[in-house]
Amino acid sequence: MAASAWLPPVDLTDSGRPVLFPGEVERLFISSIDLQAEENPSLPPLRSGLLTLTSHRLLWINETSRFAHFIPLGSVIHAFPPKKSIKSMFTSPKIRIQVTSDSDGKITSGKGTTSVVITIVMRGGKSDSEAFYGKLWEVLKSRSWEVEEVKGREDVGEIRDSGSVEGTSRVRTAVVGVAGILRKEQEMWESTDKSLQDAFQDLNALMSKAKEMVALAEKMRQKLLSGSAAQANANDEEMGSKQEMQDWLLSVGIVSPVTKESAGALYHQQLSRQLADFVKLPLEKSGGMIALIDVYCLFNRARGTELISPEDLLQACALWEKYEVPAMLRKFDSGVMVIQSKAHSDEEVFARIISLAQKPDALKMGISPSDAALTLGIAPALAKEHLLNAESRGLLCRDVSPDGFRFYVNMFKEFELGNIYLVKDHGLYKAWISAASLSSA
Amino acid sequence: MQKLGDFKLPQFFNYPPYFTLQPIRETREKQIQLWKELILEYCRSQKIFIVGLDEEFSLFSNQSIERSLSHESREVFLSALVSEGRAEWMDKSHKKCLILWLKVQDWADYIINFVRENGLEDSVMTVEDIRSGIESRGTELAGIDRGVLIRALKLLEQKGKAAIFKGSSTDDEGVKFNI
Repeated sequence: MAASAWLPPVDLTDSGRPVLFPGEVERLFISSIDLQAEENPSLPPLRSGLLTLTSHRLLWINETSRFAHFIPLGSVIHAFPPKKSIKSMFTSPKIRIQVTSDSDGKITSGKGTTSVVITIVMRGGKSDSEAFYGKLWEVLKSRSWEVEEVKGREDVGEIRDSGSVEGTSRVRTAVVGVAGILRKEQEMWESTDKSLQDAFQDLNALMSKAKEMVALAEKMRQKLLSGSAAQANANDEEMGSKQEMQDWLLSVGIVSPVTKESAGALYHQQLSRQLADFVKLPLEKSGGMIALIDVYCLFNRARGTELISPEDLLQACALWEKYEVPAMLRKFDSGVMVIQSKAHSDEEVFARIISLAQKPDALKMGISPSDAALTLGIAPALAKEHLLNAESRGLLCRDVSPDGFRFYVNMFKEFELGNIYLVKDHGLYKAWISAASLSSA
Repeated sequence: MQKLGDFKLPQFFNYPPYFTLQPIRETREKQIQLWKELILEYCRSQKIFIVGLDEEFSLFSNQSIERSLSHESREVFLSALVSEGRAEWMDKSHKKCLILWLKVQDWADYIINFVRENGLEDSVMTVEDIRSGIESRGTELAGIDRGVLIRALKLLEQKGKAAIFKGSSTDDEGVKFNI
């Protein structure tokens, strides 16, 4: 029987290279290999060929004669480890593999009824049977030949990288080598693209619904506006339904349309009241006045989530004018905005400042914003605002020097024009002179 | 009581805000008035006619409270005097200011009185005599700024009360009064 009878042939190219299966990768080459079916002498041996271990097969190619056959790795049942004995040291290494075959000993890719043992004899002097055995086992384990049907035919001109990435099993196409990586990426993009498209379909649906909603809201808005304009004396019922409509619109996230006429959007109304309640305690603690920026921080921190924006805060404060709320928003000339408790009046603060400014030390040295802050129990920045305010009322005057910015009680009123040496017996001028002269002059 | 030279300073000279230009209008008005008065009084007593803005002028600082007027403040106060006709800027850049603690017209009147009181109606005097002559001692005329004096005399000349003529030497003019 010819060798071709028991081993399936390998297609060769014109140059003698084997035609590999799709996804098949060459892993190891060993030359001068004999293949023998030792137990079955009717199967002629194959002498002196190049053995190529691929991911799918064991190829045996005789380049001269162009005989080429293969053993499908899928048919390999077992591979026996190379024997180590004294005898084996002097002979060519052999590796035996058990391969399924049909009853004639013919090895096919399909299922066989029995098996034969094939001996791989390495006649080449430098062959490392251990390495080969190890590699063989690796390849056998990875079972790269078990591929599902490919989507399409792979192109033949792929880069084969022998001895590189392990083939993985259960993969639709070969994913070894750079091409494999590229293909994997391509697939990923395609699937992402598809899911994005699906998502956008949903989004488009959502958006068209939203458009309808907005159109509806617009209609309602128009109705509300025209309704309120036409009927100046709306009775309670109408007002009630209008209010409901406003609430509903607001809950949908649309600001009330009748903002100018009503007290403002419901959201801001509620916020405004909540803010007024919240601000009571901090106001007390800080002497009746807090900078708006501080309120913003405190309030948001207290809320935890559902933070309000600076605009919301401003609007909420602006609404206080309309309610009986014990707090008010106030803007100083310098632009600083504060929340002030109504109970706290400017006059009261001025009185405290003046009494502070008339103490002997203050008469002599004046007061700085930090001095005032300490006495009044408020932040220095706010204290400065108060001092500037008192100055604008003519109660204090400033002293600017390299030492800093200080305020004195306003004594210009005490000085007489046309009589610059005059000092009245009682009064501030006199007190100041005594206080000032207490220091070594 | 503090003094600058032999000039008695008012108590408010030690009030630190006095040396800071006040921003509030009403307070500033008062401050300006006070400074105007003080400057005139001081210059009169010390016979100071010219104040240089960038130069040392002891009235503009108070060592004991470590305060002095800023350049801006000085200009503000002096400009206030100029607006009132009690001072004149001698240059466009406002570096020097002529203090007329007596206006030129006032000087003219003063000179007339001086001439009368000293019986100098018919005599001829040089300008320098008027400034530093024996008769002038103890009067305001002693040490008067030459330019101011000449202006006053010219004013009198316009009114026909005096006649100015060139003297024998090139630098001194003579005046004959005709009251």
